[in-house]
Amino acid sequence: MDGPSTTFSASSTASPPTSPPTSLVAPRLLAVHGHDRSRLLDMLWELQRRHGHLPEAELAALADGLGTTLGDVRQTASFYHLFHLRPAGRHRLYLADTVLARMHGYDHVLAALERETGATLGGVDPTGTFGLFSTPCIGLSDQEPALLVDDLVFARLTPDRVADVIGRIRAGAAPREVANPDGIPTHLREYVDALVETNVRTHGPVFFRPRTDVAAVIREAVALPPEKLRERVSLSGLRGRGGAGFDTGLKWRLCATAPAETRYVVCNADEGEPGTFKDRVLLTRQPELAIAGMVLAAYAVGARHGILYLRGEYAYLRHYLAHQLHLMREQGLLGRDIGGRTGFDFDVRIQLGAGSYVCGEESALLESCEGKRGNPRLKPPFPAQVGFLGHPTIVDNVETFAVVTRVLEEGPEWFSRMGTEDSAGTRLLSVAGDCDLPGVHEVAWGTSLHDVLTLVDAPDAYAVQVSGPAGGCVSVARNGHRRLSYEDLGCNGAFTVFDSSRDLLEVAREHLRFFVGESCGICVPCRAGNPALLDLATRIGEGRADASDLAHVESWAALLRGTSRCGLGVSSSRPLTTTLSDFPELARAAAARSGEQGLLASFDEQAAVAAYGPAAERLVAAREEGAGS
Amino acid sequence: MSDDRRDLSHELPRTPVSEATVAARRGKLTVATISLCGCWGCNLSTLDLDERLLPLLDLVTITRSSFTDLKRIAGRCDVGLVEGGVANEENIETLRHFREHCDVLVSVGACALWGGIPSLRNSIGLDECLATAYLDSPTAVPGDRPTIPLHPEIPRLTDRVRPCHEVVHMDYFLPGCPPSNDAVFAVLDAVAHGRPIDLPTSLTHYD
Amino acid sequence: MSITVTVDGVPVTVEEGATVADAATAAGAYVPTLCFHEDHPALGTCRVCAARLDGRVVAACSAEVHDGAEVEVAADDLATMRRQVVGLLFAEGNHVCPSCEKSGRCDLQAVAAETGMLTSEFPYRYPGRETDPGDARIWLARDRCILCQRCVDLVRDDEGRPVFTLTGRGPDTRVELDHATAAGLSDEQVAAAVDLCPVGAILRKGVGYDEPIGARRFDVASVRERALRGERR
Repeated sequence: MDGPSTTFSASSTASPPTSPPTSLVAPRLLAVHGHDRSRLLDMLWELQRRHGHLPEAELAALADGLGTTLGDVRQTASFYHLFHLRPAGRHRLYLADTVLARMHGYDHVLAALERETGATLGGVDPTGTFGLFSTPCIGLSDQEPALLVDDLVFARLTPDRVADVIGRIRAGAAPREVANPDGIPTHLREYVDALVETNVRTHGPVFFRPRTDVAAVIREAVALPPEKLRERVSLSGLRGRGGAGFDTGLKWRLCATAPAETRYVVCNADEGEPGTFKDRVLLTRQPELAIAGMVLAAYAVGARHGILYLRGEYAYLRHYLAHQLHLMREQGLLGRDIGGRTGFDFDVRIQLGAGSYVCGEESALLESCEGKRGNPRLKPPFPAQVGFLGHPTIVDNVETFAVVTRVLEEGPEWFSRMGTEDSAGTRLLSVAGDCDLPGVHEVAWGTSLHDVLTLVDAPDAYAVQVSGPAGGCVSVARNGHRRLSYEDLGCNGAFTVFDSSRDLLEVAREHLRFFVGESCGICVPCRAGNPALLDLATRIGEGRADASDLAHVESWAALLRGTSRCGLGVSSSRPLTTTLSDFPELARAAAARSGEQGLLASFDEQAAVAAYGPAAERLVAAREEGAGS
Repeated sequence: MSDDRRDLSHELPRTPVSEATVAARRGKLTVATISLCGCWGCNLSTLDLDERLLPLLDLVTITRSSFTDLKRIAGRCDVGLVEGGVANEENIETLRHFREHCDVLVSVGACALWGGIPSLRNSIGLDECLATAYLDSPTAVPGDRPTIPLHPEIPRLTDRVRPCHEVVHMDYFLPGCPPSNDAVFAVLDAVAHGRPIDLPTSLTHYD
Repeated sequence: MSITVTVDGVPVTVEEGATVADAATAAGAYVPTLCFHEDHPALGTCRVCAARLDGRVVAACSAEVHDGAEVEVAADDLATMRRQVVGLLFAEGNHVCPSCEKSGRCDLQAVAAETGMLTSEFPYRYPGRETDPGDARIWLARDRCILCQRCVDLVRDDEGRPVFTLTGRGPDTRVELDHATAAGLSDEQVAAAVDLCPVGAILRKGVGYDEPIGARRFDVASVRERALRGERR
């Protein structure tokens, strides 16, 4: 939530456009995108690439062309923290501020960035060259600290590397020349590999095998009737890999049987859960599996259009993925009469997000695809019934689509034999933190926490954040025997290891801070309740909690769980509640330090009265100085 | 300075209370009242009980209060009624004194409950508040030295106005600006007769 | 088609498609609402109407009942949640009832009293929220805004364009007034927008405390009484 992008004065609403209309880019963009509101994010991205921010005159022109108001366009633009409504520097730098970055030198890297750019965090340097902002996890947990620079990314940063990169840009080099000195074309995998690592540590039976012949899989699948295809997916027992674990075959059937002329297939590549990066790795190493999965879904439900929603932080993947789509079109696997099946037409476009965790929620993602704020919708109806632009829509995770392709290649029984009763198959884990083998590991559902820790070489593991902030902080000593599965310890793929030197209450607080910043703000318990929980977590961590504060943790968490509109608020209290339940000694320690009679421990008397004297002296001195000069 | 500091009123020797008075008060409930940062309007609501006060006084002894002009609570007190929020050092000190001496402490009125009108300064900040009140005040004498009170005997303002329950534990809350005399009566009557306080919705007002 | 559900154990008959709130009202049980407006689809933003449907906490304004559904309204934990939600709103904004023009006819104030809120259990935040005085007829007092989105979703000009919009997100979300569009509204449209606001955030300039204490909307009949006789707004 960078200040400049979300605040503007009331009076600016009424001021007329300042640039002469002839210089505007908006009319051309409107023409390119057919004055289609659902392409608003694309147009905003184009404007920002051109101007470095979103000038009001351009937004007003977009509003005119879309038949709406400037306020309405701003309503979308101001929601996404990668969009800037004010000048934000010729180059926009976003340092990932995450628990993992803070474990690996974030402070030093930030200091180096501020020193080298001359910008302070949240602002632009005096020359207008660099805007320096912080951003939540950018999907590089195994190579933090990491920094986005415009559409590029720099990982494993050190202060020296920062000095080198910024120094060269300051000397006139384009960031792409610094990031990609060999000038590798941006649509090649080698380009992605030059920017970031894709650390695949454990190959399992499903992923990262020798190349799947997706053309053969698609040809074979589209020879079946669609209901037969859906049946095979159902038989596999596949459940959605995004976290909720909904039965994939059932979702497809609901979509296919919803009365409608038009249906959509959407791939959720908005991998925003802090600690997760397996979709990025999958999209880099085996994009054809995910895209083929979309094609199969389209055939199974009768969709003609697909959208691959790629988080804005993965912008450096978009040319590569667009090229993959192009290659599939060339092979007749996208476009018309796919796989030789006359009348089966389907194609995919990439929709780039713009910085919003909640857009990973399927209905918020659809709102975003429609060019709106990423506010989750009321459910029911579910997207499979009423989705993109009101049409039945399948929204599945990258990994889910990729699994579908493998299921149809190897057969549903092959898949359902792996894993546990209720959790078929395997799961990709994004492993990071205090272990020797961070990266992507494929494990069968049912593997115990202990066994995963052995696999990733984490002998000193004390706690594991399973499923990221939305999941839970699990004690290895108490719960190491539990098994990753929907029926025991659910896991959306994030697996972050902490040894006993880490301050788990600090971790919980950082995760709550993340949810405060990522709440869409539309429902009361999430918007207003998360800041209250963050205050509680801070007080508990600082030993200033009262007994009533500890009682409030449970009560307020129950409120958010029960009444929030979407999964963000339903799960946002978990960093605090799971840390306190699995590590009760931390709560006791906090309570022991508080609870003195009389004034509440949460009330800091010294701090409350300390400001007055200095303020009085400062104000009077300033006034006297002003009068004297 | 401390050498010529005079005794504060509550440190002066007390006039002994007569045996008869002590006997008459025995068994009665003791109630103390105070206004911190408020307008005393809630205390006026209590006075507004008019003739209903008289039978109450058969059951209640008012100790430290603006009505008695006693400055300190002597010994234990059953019920403290606190009007006003916490806006300066003296408010903190007084509220702590009430908490230490009262078995049940009731926040009375908008200021005690959430800061009330004085808390309008909270969203402005202390600096602007002080500058506006003292330096740019319409009543500031032109040409005079700019002055903001800063003296050990003058309580310093807190950084923001706080509800009482963010400073000490409060046992019950009586909303209103001020609470109506009926609401004050409902609370006092319940306390005097040993009933739990349960304010009916019809008497729950925030204005 | 009629279906039968139970509300706190009492069987009632409602039409198919009825919401939990409808069923509660049919059973004579009051469920407070803030963002819900009977003439419009549910917004589901305020979440104050927490009730339980077949064991799950739901927003009563938008969750539909089915034949045989078990609805709970009176349970203590639900009452606590409803009180907490209004408490969050009071702590989040600057709701200075003693000086507000809408006092006595404010849905938030009336609903808060019905939930038994005496003071918010959440820390008061005293945000610095900018007021927008720039329109000729509308006074936008953001201190009191509860972001229910009634104005955002429901107020449109003659060309169907939004007049009120949101900016920012999370705790920084705020309502904006598009002055150019607002200027094109008729006086009746402005009056409707003012009336739509459940709190005192959208006010008509030049109108102040125009109803005496004792004669204000909720002085005359409480929000509970009004809701139970089917007059939600």
